[in-house]
Amino acid sequence: MTTDTSVVEVTLESDLKKVEFADEISRRVSATAGFDEDDRQKIEMAVHESLINAIYHGNKNDETKYVYLRFEIHGDRLVVHIRDQGQGFNPDTVADPLATENLLKVSGRGIFLIRAFMDEFKVENLPGVGTEVTMMKKLNSSITPNQGGTDREHEGHNTPS
Amino acid sequence: MSMKATTRQVDSITVIDLSGRITLGEGCVQLRQLIRDELGRGNKNLLVNLADVTYIDSSGIGELVSAFTAVSNQGGQLKLLNLTKKVHDLLQITKLYTVFDVHDDEAKAIASYGKSAGA
Repeated sequence: MTTDTSVVEVTLESDLKKVEFADEISRRVSATAGFDEDDRQKIEMAVHESLINAIYHGNKNDETKYVYLRFEIHGDRLVVHIRDQGQGFNPDTVADPLATENLLKVSGRGIFLIRAFMDEFKVENLPGVGTEVTMMKKLNSSITPNQGGTDREHEGHNTPS
Repeated sequence: MSMKATTRQVDSITVIDLSGRITLGEGCVQLRQLIRDELGRGNKNLLVNLADVTYIDSSGIGELVSAFTAVSNQGGQLKLLNLTKKVHDLLQITKLYTVFDVHDDEAKAIASYGKSAGA
């Protein structure tokens, strides 16, 4: 029996070198979901930025901590969950990178890009667990999703020790 | 694929050809060091060719901003050449397209530095 949702779950060590691997998974998942090239790049970048935040700011590059990545391909949208083991953050406190006084700042554009590229973005601080970012991108209704793959796929799963 | 960089002199302008990924970590560190080295050699007019950059993230964009500021503070000019659509779009939505002097023709870019640069 098939369901309307396909899931890909990945657990990553807190190592920035793993991000490129996650980028590749993101590209494949969004292609499977039926997104066009432009949207695939946007999704890849949103996932990339969120993952960097989780590893660098959330888990503070502590390789004993993990980042949990979950892609859900629904019929009309892709939902991505990224959970770290950090102390959480409030995205509303991040300065506006488009403000004149911030334009030449070196950092502070990641959350802005995620919001620009995805249709929904939310952050939940889970006490004692970590922080979970959820983002969603709607699929253009004129494009038919690729129905390949199983209902539930696991790729590159590294079980935490 | 990590970032690769080669530099060449065209008249008095240092052209930096970048390829690969400019992302947090190795790519950004490499770019920062490269700019420092060029400024250390007294090369203050830099043209950064991004034609073969396959991916740039927010940290990579920040590194370009940092390079722009460092070069400007030394009295030089850092300009960008051959943006891919991806990089072009990113600079547009981050409002940095108006900050950088962007070119798609190397000869014209070199000429744009003017006589003060000895071009």
